[in-house]
Formats: sequence, structure tokens, C-alpha cells
Amino acid sequence: MSVPSPITIVGDVSDLPDTAMGPRSLVWWGTLGFMLIEGTAFLLAGAAYLYLRGQSAPWPPSGHAPPDLALGTLFTVILLLSEIPNRWLSGKAKKLQTKPVRIGIVVMGLLGSVLMAIRFLEFGRLNVNWDHDAYGSVTWLLMILHATHVLTDLADTFVLGACIFTRRISDSQFSDVNDNCFYWSFVVVTWLPIYALVYWGPRLL
Amino acid sequence: MSVVDPPLKGPTARLARTWGDAPGLWGFIATVDHKRIAARYIVVTVALLVLDGLLALDMRLQLAFPALKRLEAQGYNEAFSLHGSAMMFLVSVPVMEAMAIWLVPLMLAQRNMAFPRLNAFSFWMYLEGVLMLWIPHLFNVTPDLGWFEYPPLSGPSYSPGHRADIWAQMITFTEVAALSASVNTFVTIMRMRPPGMTLARMPLFLWAMLITSLMTIFALPAVMLVTSMLISDRLVATHFFNPAMGGDVVLFQHIFWFFGHPEVYIIFIPALGFVAAITETFCRRTVFGYVPIVLSLVAIAVLAFGLWVHHMFAVGLPRLGASFYTAASLVIAIPAGLQIFCYIATIWAGRPRFATPLMWVVAFIVTFVIGGLSGVMTASAPLDLQLTDTYFVVAHLHYVLIGGAMFPLFGAFAYWYPKATGRLMSEAWGKVAFWLIVGGFNLGFFPMHLLGLMGMPRRIYTYPAETGWQPLNIVASAGSAIAGIGAAIFVANALLSLWRGKPAGSDPWGGATLEWATSSPPPPHNFDQTPVVSDLTPLWREQRQAMEGLAVEHRELLMTTPIEARPDYRQKSPSPSIWPLLTALTVSAMFVGSIFTPWALVWGALPIGATVTGWFWPKKQA
Repeated sequence: MSVPSPITIVGDVSDLPDTAMGPRSLVWWGTLGFMLIEGTAFLLAGAAYLYLRGQSAPWPPSGHAPPDLALGTLFTVILLLSEIPNRWLSGKAKKLQTKPVRIGIVVMGLLGSVLMAIRFLEFGRLNVNWDHDAYGSVTWLLMILHATHVLTDLADTFVLGACIFTRRISDSQFSDVNDNCFYWSFVVVTWLPIYALVYWGPRLL
Repeated sequence: MSVVDPPLKGPTARLARTWGDAPGLWGFIATVDHKRIAARYIVVTVALLVLDGLLALDMRLQLAFPALKRLEAQGYNEAFSLHGSAMMFLVSVPVMEAMAIWLVPLMLAQRNMAFPRLNAFSFWMYLEGVLMLWIPHLFNVTPDLGWFEYPPLSGPSYSPGHRADIWAQMITFTEVAALSASVNTFVTIMRMRPPGMTLARMPLFLWAMLITSLMTIFALPAVMLVTSMLISDRLVATHFFNPAMGGDVVLFQHIFWFFGHPEVYIIFIPALGFVAAITETFCRRTVFGYVPIVLSLVAIAVLAFGLWVHHMFAVGLPRLGASFYTAASLVIAIPAGLQIFCYIATIWAGRPRFATPLMWVVAFIVTFVIGGLSGVMTASAPLDLQLTDTYFVVAHLHYVLIGGAMFPLFGAFAYWYPKATGRLMSEAWGKVAFWLIVGGFNLGFFPMHLLGLMGMPRRIYTYPAETGWQPLNIVASAGSAIAGIGAAIFVANALLSLWRGKPAGSDPWGGATLEWATSSPPPPHNFDQTPVVSDLTPLWREQRQAMEGLAVEHRELLMTTPIEARPDYRQKSPSPSIWPLLTALTVSAMFVGSIFTPWALVWGALPIGATVTGWFWPKKQA
């Protein structure tokens, strides 16, 4: 058993700020962790798509038309455009501006709702059901995986909206809004390879 | 139970009030104290270890004599499936996470982890995963296809009923728990190191847990994905693994082993962290080769993701692919071997004191080297074709997992037990348990190499006398029984020492890392002040330094920068809450429902949304 050596106090942390924004914030790091998990799942699902494509001579297998391009492309365009208000909202949250943040969260809630509605319609234009064959199964897998993420972020946007409209917005809630924007960017970026696989894979692969 | 300390006074008492739990049931279910959550994890894993050990002994009894009728084929299938599934998913990975949950904040001199409620949620999900496997077992709905349930056998055509669903969904529970714990560990280590603890001054245990948490983050989504695909094949008639409809059964194996092989290292790397901590303390010197060890941990983590196909050599892969994976599998022996040499050098150059924790390290080195050598053999595709699905593989995997992970875990248990309880375990009984377990283990499992070479397949419930396998099987069963007696003594020693062990004091072994700076057991807030670190062994310094200024009246943690660990900002830490438990219950309801109807995914999402909202809804500012 050792005798503890004496302790000298060499600093005081009480002057440090009590919130942080972006990569300095703890929640940002937690969000990053979950993005890595979900990103890995997307990658593996994409790999499963390519693997199954390798097992099948015609792709899509005979009898299926490729998914209709119009709705999927509309979804993609609106999703990409949503990054403009998303980045704007992130900037306003970093500057702790109440009114623009409230406007921004409403805009993002509306855009998310429109996108979910289009996604709902997309399922009817895939021209294949999940139980037709493995091509249908893996196409639906990719679409559902991504739709779940759109829905999750939309629900988070609504809850954050309810918070910031019913009370004074605290610094940590501004940080939460910023982290939600970060997650939306992830939802946007991960869609692009899935769009390529689901909509262009049957045409080009 | 624990040693009675004098009443706390002044700021210490106020901090203890701030960070303490309410008494009674409410405090029990609402706690977010990492120490209490980790203790629950450990108690459940130890209980399961006992159950799994009993299953193993039952199987060894069955195989001790030819044509025995103790277990019929179905009973034997269920026994090895329960044993393997519970050991891999409910014991080995969770117990390592539990050690991280308990130790990481203490080694960082922090008052809790980054996300305390996520920690509580992780445990409740894990517990429900345990119940998901064992409650159906009581009703005779037991998985019976081994710990990796390959289609087409596990598909809808060959496995009607819900046995395979129970297995697949149990995995979903435990992986949600493990991923939550891993994100928490990753962020805690990256953002909550004490001032001065740069990445280059981080104890090897923390390096091991950081790397493990990242491996978990990248590996576990694979098994969640593949078991979800299996459930959907069974429930809603998708065709991922149905060759008649364009699916492919080998796809299951690829995705499963993309998780399955890193999983071995997710179990093994934390064990290397234990070995590093114990070796340093009991050899009274820093571990030889700090930088090479860190680099080899990283190398193991990276290589582990490139080896999965060596579990599939018998599938019939292209020869070039088999050669590549043989080479990759052989390469991983280099960083693993390098670590072993570093630990031997540390013992050689230090002043070793062979207390039980260090004895477990020596047992680890010997046993893991044997397991590693048989691993090099099975890594070779042509030899593996002969050995696969024989008892040689059973011997190999137990040498690697028990020798490589469980022996260091037992050492870690003996090493940190006094910190957790305030009392020391009996050294004498610890050594008795050590010799019985290590001796019994080698007697039990070494003959299995020979049985495998003689052609005895794994997963058979009996064999005819003419095979000549009986003598070695009797030896193996006797060895397992001896190890079982040793395990019982180990557990009894741990339980009795809670009352009868010698008081430990804060640092009974003369450890150098920060967890030994606080009292044993630590108070609810762990530390009064924030230590400042200037080298790898802060407690071996003549002069220790600290910072003060964190809030006393509410829960607050110090965040530091990711690389240099400079003080950055103060982060409020959440108070106890039952929302994590309620969320775990709603998620569980959805998971259980979804093996019966896909609509559970839709309707189950609503209560989950409600409980998650309750969890994150901000409290009114005081």
C-alpha cells in the first residue's frame, strides 16, 4: 500500500464556458458515433446489393422494369436543395439567433415532410415488391433504411421545434439545432450512393 | 459489504450529495452512475457465465462416454446453441464493455461518462436481450442451430416456429446495447481525458478500449443487418438468402463473418488492456514498448476486418481469394506476437511480484500463444479444409477466447476488486482457483486438438465406441470438471471477500493510473478535484497536480480537446432518470412484436418516439 503524494492546485476551470458548438460539443461527437454506425450499415447494404447483382444474369431479373426515375430524381433534387436552408439554419444556430432559428426549423420541418411524402410515393414506383425476388428485397432494404433516417431526423426536427417555440432557447438548444443540421447533412450525403444503386443500378449495371 | 469510511465532510460531502442516487427503488431504476450500471452488467454476465459453464459441463458429461443418453440430439443442439450464443453475445462482449463502463471514467478521473443516460439505456437493453434468450428457453423455444445460424437451415423452409427468430432478435438487443456503450466509451475517451493526458500519455488500457469501441462501431452493424435480413426472410417473405429467387446463402456468411471475426478481437483487445495495466503495476515499471504496442493494437484492429473469409474456406471460394485471406490471417500473428514479446520483456526487466493478477497474465501468455499457434495452422486454407468443423477448431477457439480473454479478465477482476469493494480477495484461495482453472482448462481442451486430428466432428451429440475417441473425451470431461471447481472457488472467494477480505485502502497494489487516487470504493462523484497529468504513470510522481472549479451543487464535467487534452468547456451532466428504462421497454416491445408481425415496426415506433421525447425534453431552467 503506497502513501499518496501531496496534491498542488495548478488551475481553476470555473472560468471556462459552459456550452460549446459544433465539433467542440459533446453531442456532436455522439452524433458522429451514430453516423459511423449507420454509415457502415448503409455501406454493407450497398455491398449486399452489388453481391446479389453479381449472382443474377439480367438486372433487374426478367419481368421487372427499373424503378421510375421521375420521383426518385425529384426526391434527390429537393433533398440536395434542402442543404441550402439546412446550412443557413446551422449558421444561425451557431450565432445564437432566436428568430432565424425558429424560421429555419419550420422550413426544415416542411421540407422533411414533403420529402417523406415523396418517399412514400416512391415505394409504389419501384416496379417491384420486396417479396418478388432478391432484387426486390434488396431494393426495398436500401429504400427503407434511408427512409428511416429521413423520418428520424424529421421527428427530431419536430421535437426540437416544439422545444424552441415553447420556451426561451438556451445555448445548449442552439447547439442541439446545429447537431440536427449536421445529421441532416449525413442523411443527404448517404442518399446519393443509394440513389445511384436503386435508380441507376438496374439501368447501368 | 464495503469498508465503512468516516463520514464525508465539506465539499466532498456536497459533491457526494450532488452525484448520489436517491435511496430505494427509485434510485435503483433511475441511476445513471457508471459504477452501478457496470456492476449490474458484471453481475449478470457472471451469472450467465455460471449457467453457460453448467451447460458446458452437461455437454462434457454427455460426451465422456460413447452412446450415452444423458442428452438426446435435440437437447444437445440446444445446449451448444445456448452456450455459444450466450457466451459470444451475452457474456464476452458485454463483460468487456462493463469493465470499460466502470473503469474508463475512473482512469480518466471523471465523475461519469459522456452520456450517462445512454449508459443506463445500454444496460436495460442488454438485460432485455438476456431475457429474450432465456425466457423462451423456459418455454422450450430454444435456438438450436449453433451460435451462427446459417441459412438455409435457419430460413423459413427448414426452421419453422420461432427458435431462429429468438436467436436473431436477441442479437439485435445486445448489439443496440453494445453500440450504445461503444459510442459512449469512444466519446468519453476522446473528449474527457484529464488536462495533460494527451493521446501519447494515455494508459494502454484506454488505448485498448478506444480501439475496441471503434471496432465495435464498424463491426456490429453487420450482424444487426444480417439478422434483420434473416428475420425479414422468415417474416415477410423477402428472398435475400433464397437461391430459388435470386438470393444467396453465402451472402449471409459474408456479412455475418464481417462482424464475426472482428468480434474475436473486440473481446481480445480489452483483455490486452487488462494485461498492460496489471503487468505495469506488478512489475513496477512502465510497459516495455508503449508505442509499438499502440501501433500493434491499431494494426490488429485494421487487419481484423480483412480476415473474415478464413471462416469460410470450406464454402468453396476461388483459390486466389483463399490465398489472400490465408496471407492476411497469418499477418495478424505479427502484431499479436509483438505484444506478447513486449509483456515478456516488461516482466523480464521489471521487479515482478507474482500476486494472482500477474499469475493470470502469465497464464494468458502461455495459453494464448498455444491458441495463436493453432490459429496459424487453421489460417492455412488447405489445412483448414481438413480441420474445419472438427474438435481441433473447438480447442483453438477456446484457447484463444478463454486463454486470450477470460484469463486476463479473471486477473482484472482480482486486480480491481479492491477498488470496487474496498476489500482484497484472498490471495491463497485466489491461487487455488488459479491452478484449478488453468490446469483444468488445459487438461480439458488440449486433448480436443488430438480428437480433432483423429476426425471427431464438432456438434455431435454422441459417437460409437469403435471410433476410439473415448479415452481423450474422458480426459477432456475431467479437465472441464476440475476447471468448474476452480471457477466455483473463484466466485466463492469474490463473494466471501465482500465481508471477510482485508481492507484495501485506496491503492493496495501501488498502481500508477488515476483510478487508484480515489478511495476504495469510490464516492458517487469519484474524485474531488481534476488531476493534471504530465506522464504515463501519474501516481508514481513525487508531486501531483490538480485543477478545481467544477460545480459542486449540480452535475458538471470537464471537456478537454481531443488530441492535447487542454481544458475546453464545462458540460452539464444529466441527472438520474427512468426515461432510459422506459425507452428500453418500448424498444423491446417493438423488437419482440416484430418477430410476429411487421406492423410492430410501425405501431411500435410511436411509444418509442414518446419515450425518447421524454428522455431528451429539456428541464425548465432553475
